[in-house]
Amino acid sequence: MTTPTTATPPPAVSVPRARAAQSPGAPGRLRVWATRAPLLPALVFMIVVTQLPFVATLVISFFDWNALYPDARQFTWFGNYAEVLTDPDLRKSVLTTILLTVAVVVASLVIGLALALLLDRRFRGRGLVRTLLIAPFLVVPVAAALLWKHVLYNPEYGLLNGLLHYVGGPQPDWISNTPLLAVEVSLIWQWTPFMMLILLAGLQSRSPELIEAARMDGAGPWQIFRHLTLPHLRRYLELGALLGSIYIVQNFDAVFTLTSGGLGTANLPYTVYQTFYQAHENGLASAAGVLVVIGSIIIATFALRVVSSLFREEASRG
Amino acid sequence: MTLSTFFRTKGLGLVAWLAGIVFFLPVAWMALTSFHSESDAATNPPSWAASLTLDGYRDFFGAGGGASPWPALINSTVASVVSTLCVLLLALPAAYALSIRPVRKWTDVLFFFLSTKMLPVVAGLLPLYLFAKNTDFLDNIWLLVILYTSMNLPIAVWMMHSFLSEVPVAVIEAAQIDGARLPTVLTRVVAPIALPGIAATSLICFIFSWNELLFARVLTGVVAQTAPVFLTGFITSQGLFLAKVCAASLVISLPVLAAGFAAQDKLVQGLSLGAVK
Repeated sequence: MTTPTTATPPPAVSVPRARAAQSPGAPGRLRVWATRAPLLPALVFMIVVTQLPFVATLVISFFDWNALYPDARQFTWFGNYAEVLTDPDLRKSVLTTILLTVAVVVASLVIGLALALLLDRRFRGRGLVRTLLIAPFLVVPVAAALLWKHVLYNPEYGLLNGLLHYVGGPQPDWISNTPLLAVEVSLIWQWTPFMMLILLAGLQSRSPELIEAARMDGAGPWQIFRHLTLPHLRRYLELGALLGSIYIVQNFDAVFTLTSGGLGTANLPYTVYQTFYQAHENGLASAAGVLVVIGSIIIATFALRVVSSLFREEASRG
Repeated sequence: MTLSTFFRTKGLGLVAWLAGIVFFLPVAWMALTSFHSESDAATNPPSWAASLTLDGYRDFFGAGGGASPWPALINSTVASVVSTLCVLLLALPAAYALSIRPVRKWTDVLFFFLSTKMLPVVAGLLPLYLFAKNTDFLDNIWLLVILYTSMNLPIAVWMMHSFLSEVPVAVIEAAQIDGARLPTVLTRVVAPIALPGIAATSLICFIFSWNELLFARVLTGVVAQTAPVFLTGFITSQGLFLAKVCAASLVISLPVLAAGFAAQDKLVQGLSLGAVK
């Protein structure tokens, strides 16, 4: 279904050339299409590859369809949705998704803000510290989850218990005792650098004159932070929170690797995966998938608003 | 020097250093463990100064009789590099039509691209799986190429749009008045200004494709499995294998670490879809 669209770019590239050869007074309609042409391959590609499968998911979500019994497939209206919303396991995964997303986003934003404030100052080796801090974000997510699972959390010879051993501390089995927290901590470790980078960019876009003027007027560091820095950072905090939410709501790698969805850590993406890949309940999985989309749309509406306001600000400044 | 002035001048720098070390420690420990023997890797308290060996790496690359990671590494390379090239091929003309010679309502189009990025992977996973199963596309690396292209295209369009917008319109017009035709304008005027941005965009698309697990896990099996899918083989413990896990994780993360550090300055812009400069 998609091969024809991937093959289209060459003509699109040649169209603007043809257009440039035309006189400025070429017929209007042709001209409009010539301007649009470079855009079309990308647009058509995106619609085919992302929107069509979603429409198919939507259709399947109204069918009672287990892949193991294809003959028993029948239309059930909202039956799957009712089942998703009443099934205790699935309802729990909705709650888990929310808990996981909120905890990771809030914690990584707060730590990221602290780190960004530290890095906004001049000190020896600042570039190196920044590089050290970015590293967790640049470990392949599955590798990071494996690192936490086997090398750090391992109750017998993991690094965490190894360090606790030095101070005579307890030797807990981290993943079994606090499974959701274990997943959250590994994700916070990976996502804090992301938040830090966005907030650091925000801090560095403050006007130094304004801060200098406030300092001249006798404002202390806390007052400057509270009344100048924080209001300026508001948009960047929102952006970080929303983009972080979009990525973490969809998280699959950490849940799959650290706990395989066990011990009450199954979030919606993992549940959808399990429902069709292992339980073969196509209709049910699609209904759960549609619910994930609805949740994402709610977040996305806010996200788009924030991005567009930043975008307009950039445009008016440029 | 009083304590409080020391803290203000040097102390916060020290705190920053400490934070950097804490965040980096797991990565450093992973690197160190990958060079330890399996018995030294699994001790409590940890053996910091154990002798170094390449056994973990030899084991990972199949010396111990395990599956070789090369097919997976090659698949990941193909999927990431080819999809990044496809993204560039589609995103460059699109960004041109959204910035240099904008179509009408170009902001709406830009936001349509962004909205597709907010559609979760699970939204279309099942139909894609069913499609692949009923055609020849299951366990086929080219399906991943197509999906990774769609996954990264919105990011690339946004980033390229913001880079191409930095090309001053006056310069382009001046070149055209001097008689330069479009290909000349593109190669001589636009490309030099936009090239660093295009390079950063490519690196970011490469990272996202290389990291991807869910599509690869569901849509590939033996032949087309990618490096992250190969890593999932390490999820259940298999005796003493920490050095091997660390070696595997490090080798598979190296391209991402390299690309990420290379694109460091533009990383935020890419991750924030061009909203933050």
